[in-house]
Amino acid sequence: MTDLLTMQNITIFVLAIFVGYHVVWTVTPALHTPLMSVTNAISGIVIVGAMLQTVTIDSETLSLTSILGAIAVFLTSINIFGGFLVTRRMLEMFKKKEPKTIEAKVIGVKH
Amino acid sequence: MTINPNITSAAYLISAVLFIFSLKGLASPTSARLGNTLGMVGMAIAAITTFFVGHNLIIPLIAGAIVLGAIVGTLAAKRVQMTKMPELVALMHSFVGLSAVLIAIAAVFNSGENHTSVQRIELFIGAFIGAITFTASVVAFGKLSGKFGSKPVIFKGQHLLNLLLALLMLGFGILFYLQGNQVAFLAMCGVALILGVTLIVPIGGADMPVVVSMLNSYSGWAAAGIGFTLNNPVLIIAGACVGSSGAILSYIMCKAMNRSIIAVMLGGFGAEANAADSGDGTQKTVKSGSADDVAFLMGNADTVIIVPGYGLAVSRAQHALQELTTKLIAKGVNVKYAIHPVAGRMPGHMNVLLAEADVPYEQVVEMEDVNNEFGQTDVVFVIGANDVVNPAAKKPGSAIYGMPILEAYKAKTIIVNKRSMAAGYAGLDNELFYLDKTMMVFGDAKHVVESIAKAID
Repeated sequence: MTDLLTMQNITIFVLAIFVGYHVVWTVTPALHTPLMSVTNAISGIVIVGAMLQTVTIDSETLSLTSILGAIAVFLTSINIFGGFLVTRRMLEMFKKKEPKTIEAKVIGVKH
Repeated sequence: MTINPNITSAAYLISAVLFIFSLKGLASPTSARLGNTLGMVGMAIAAITTFFVGHNLIIPLIAGAIVLGAIVGTLAAKRVQMTKMPELVALMHSFVGLSAVLIAIAAVFNSGENHTSVQRIELFIGAFIGAITFTASVVAFGKLSGKFGSKPVIFKGQHLLNLLLALLMLGFGILFYLQGNQVAFLAMCGVALILGVTLIVPIGGADMPVVVSMLNSYSGWAAAGIGFTLNNPVLIIAGACVGSSGAILSYIMCKAMNRSIIAVMLGGFGAEANAADSGDGTQKTVKSGSADDVAFLMGNADTVIIVPGYGLAVSRAQHALQELTTKLIAKGVNVKYAIHPVAGRMPGHMNVLLAEADVPYEQVVEMEDVNNEFGQTDVVFVIGANDVVNPAAKKPGSAIYGMPILEAYKAKTIIVNKRSMAAGYAGLDNELFYLDKTMMVFGDAKHVVESIAKAID
């Protein structure tokens, strides 16, 4: 049973690598720094693992497990909030030039 | 608080799809902000779902930790200077790595969980990648922020030491796999933490864009590793996407330096180049000029290309540079910025700085698009860049031979702003500086650019 599950996980993993590969190649080089910060935030998904360890064990609230889990929740939250917000801040800077880019594109289409 | 597992699985799937859309959004600046928002929604869904998936979660503790993390993260995101982005990114990689280690240790010491042998392998993989990511990122952060020297640290038997550490780590890992021995697991983590340091110290400042991308990749693999232990597809998918994203960036950076990833990891770029190049014998002279000279040259040019480098970030000259450009454009000069892929300390570093200074997106061009224009350009202004414009890259036998460069040497006039005649991080002399048509302007980038802008009035 476990082995079947592991094989399924490996399947998902390999397919996801291909998806990531194809998606990331379309990212424009100008946005490589925002790409890094947003992937940083997305790696914060380990918060799921951290939350699942912040548990009561044998009706004991404080254990090594729950303390380490809570620290990991704290660290990953920094990543999630910091990563997404700093990405947004950077993208706001790129956004200021949007109207011109769109204008140029529209004119280009008309030709 | 458990609900139907089919519903929670579907919720996790939705968040995985949102993460993929989030990355896809970055294909253009117009869709990027929506992409970022989708990523936030995906993360919120995943976190909320986890509250319903977990058994016996200590909800107040989790909520408190999230609130604290949110405060710290928000403050960091608001306060960080754009010139310090590489440091922030390195620091955040270290958090992912450390979290992965802590989660794995927590799981191993969780008396409520019994791990199958397959899960023990998965825990081992997640923990050791996490541990290496953690300490390597801390060292990278130290190098980037100048807290540790950015020079490569090289000693005899370095690779042998790394190999021994890796074997030792594997040994403890196998012991843990066979017996589920908790002490062996901790020992394994300890060795992996040391290995993270010894792997990264030989890599010099030159290769920082590669290192930062590589650690980005590792942090993704660590997340995927934790996903395996939890049998949670959203972690596996998100981790794999981040992992391949970082790998692609590393590849692009390596290609932009014509270095193999192996050569970067073994380290020591520049250490041997110094000695090789200094034996020229002849005393070479440079022409140096003042800000007024530069203002005159630029003001009378038809086309100007600006080549920014790490020096721009160090002196935070991007706003001053933008003011100078605005003045030049008002005088009818055609101005562009040419960006080398490895300019700065991380991928896209220069683009972000210029965006911060309100430089229009269309004025900023990538290397491949601009290289054939240098021949018809009146003035190239190289500001705080060195190796990326070094014509030695075209000469067989040079340490940077084959590295694609911005062909600034083809321009009619070249103006180079540097703090001193010190070599770039490749440790190479730059012939560009000694050309008859090159004028050097020494001084801090911001100060020099401000003086030029003043002189143009």
